[in-house]
Amino acid sequence: MSRHSQNGPIYEVEGLVIDLYTPTVSVRAVDGAGFYVAPGETLAIVGESGSGKTVMTLGPLGLLPEGVAVDLRGTARADGKDILSMSPTDLSRLRGGFFGVIFQDPMSALNPMLKIGPQLAEQARRFAGLSATEARKEAVSLLARSGIPDPEDRYDRYPHELSGGMLQRAMIALALAARPRVLIADEPTTALDATVQAQILALIRQIQKEDGIAVILITHDIGAVSVLADRVAVLYAGQVAEEGSAIDVLTAPVHPYTRGLLASVPDFRSDNATGTKEIPGIPPNQAQLEPGCRFADRCELVQPQCRTHRPPLVKVGAGSVPHRVACPVVIAAEGIVTHD
Amino acid sequence: MTDAPMTDAIVAKGLKVHFQTAAGLVRAVDGVDLTVAQGAFHGIVGESGCGKTTLARALIGLQSATEGQVQILGRDRSDWARSDRKGFARAVQFIFQDPLGSMSRRQTVGQTLEEPLQIHGVGDAKARRARVAELLDLVALPATVLDRLPRSLSGGQRQRVSIARALALSPQVLICDEPLSALDVSVRAQIVNLFARLQAQLGLTIVIVAHDLAIVREVCSAVTVMYLGRVAEEGVAKSLFADPAHPYSQALLSAVPSPDPRIEATRPRILLAGDPPSPRNPPPGCRFSTRCPVVEPRCRETEPALRAVQHGGAAACHLADANIHAMI
Repeated sequence: MSRHSQNGPIYEVEGLVIDLYTPTVSVRAVDGAGFYVAPGETLAIVGESGSGKTVMTLGPLGLLPEGVAVDLRGTARADGKDILSMSPTDLSRLRGGFFGVIFQDPMSALNPMLKIGPQLAEQARRFAGLSATEARKEAVSLLARSGIPDPEDRYDRYPHELSGGMLQRAMIALALAARPRVLIADEPTTALDATVQAQILALIRQIQKEDGIAVILITHDIGAVSVLADRVAVLYAGQVAEEGSAIDVLTAPVHPYTRGLLASVPDFRSDNATGTKEIPGIPPNQAQLEPGCRFADRCELVQPQCRTHRPPLVKVGAGSVPHRVACPVVIAAEGIVTHD
Repeated sequence: MTDAPMTDAIVAKGLKVHFQTAAGLVRAVDGVDLTVAQGAFHGIVGESGCGKTTLARALIGLQSATEGQVQILGRDRSDWARSDRKGFARAVQFIFQDPLGSMSRRQTVGQTLEEPLQIHGVGDAKARRARVAELLDLVALPATVLDRLPRSLSGGQRQRVSIARALALSPQVLICDEPLSALDVSVRAQIVNLFARLQAQLGLTIVIVAHDLAIVREVCSAVTVMYLGRVAEEGVAKSLFADPAHPYSQALLSAVPSPDPRIEATRPRILLAGDPPSPRNPPPGCRFSTRCPVVEPRCRETEPALRAVQHGGAAACHLADANIHAMI
């Protein structure tokens, strides 16, 4: 794969629509959303359960819930190649070698019947093209790099012999074994305790810096976003509400949903905290979507046109990282300068 | 929060809960003294395996204690529950982490809320219906949920129903085991605010087991930090969070990221090595000694007792008097 561009996107999704069908319901999980990530940067895709963040990121790679029929439209390019028209074999090869995925539950990635080390070595042989001896060495060094003490010993351990934090590290080592260009971390710290969460976030950041790979963090945890992300895309009911640099989105949010989400997260280091605010109501039922802004029913600023017209993503501010917001009401009310 | 608490709502002394398992004895709670003031909103925090859920269950008797006593509202809990089961249930209620698992899936919300009133013979059918309507109002649920089954409700709505059910008999003490963990961020804020409002409105004493420290700091009046079955530190929530004396509390608070990336980029962090040890095999001396960044030889030999510290609470650390605050 050619590194034809250091700064252009390495994984890019546009105008994605994903409908999921079970025998009884159909749900529009992703509704015309997109994102991009460049080598050396971390993109956080933020949303609550059901916002479509995981389906949007993993869906184009063919990683979708089992037992559900899928209709997927739009474009998705990895290293400039259209991945939606790829054969299943090519896509599978790409998933293994180009993308590494860290899941919330390490046991969904590790085989409980096999020792940890050989699982890593197999990945390194298949996707990074190493010999058996090289692969073993690589596996041990990956374990060490992932912060696992005594990696020679851990190589021959089974997953159940490791603690939760160590398993999470082993899964990160597994995701790195194929030397991926894009590391996707799907709620990597949700199941972990606070002190172990901090360790794992520090590890992901260190790997990202050392290898200069692209990282996509899928999460609902604003704290994790604040630690890791360069850019943020906020997803609500399958649509991007706001995107931009982490500093713009987290410290100067514009969309009422982003503002509400951030206000509901208290910051105990700040003394002028005004208390935990709440967003009234619950996200819309994605089986019966109305036209217009998805957030309209929960929005304090709602106007009649919000219920009839889908708000476009509009560039606000003149920062080097585009800050886009899908809310003409706030933009007009606060006189925010647009740049489209 | 009442001005002058007349008596403590909960007093636990020397509480131990040990489990015999195939792999050995698990000391889930291993000698805990806990005092919850009347009208307090008391948070219990710590990581998995620290015993916080077992402690909450042992307080109300859902889990029998291996050793120690619990007094609730001035009465011995086990005597009270044995001699006057219904009276105890009216005064003290428990809220579970998973509301779905704690409700009958075949009962409508209306039936779920009316059941405790029926069991305790409260009013006639008409009065009970009025009370159910009042309860829905209290937790801000619309009357339209009355005929619905739990599984057709959202997570936040289910937790509201389980709170309404716990309030049906107007208890004085509410013990909640991680009632927020299963909820989305924006819904979590709704339920936190609901607890705070109910506490003020009804003068309840609330004990809440939680792992979201920022929320505990926001709503709780008092906090207990647990580590491996013991109390590491306790005090007034805001004072303890501002000036934690125990190195574990310091690390735990340091591990919580700020939602502001500008603070996050420059803030010094304490990163602990490794995971907490297993409660099957706690280390000798101070239980935190295996991960403590400022450990001294005596820490590995003698277990420190809780002692008064600067923020007005107490910490179980040999070094708590020394100036180790500069770490954060």
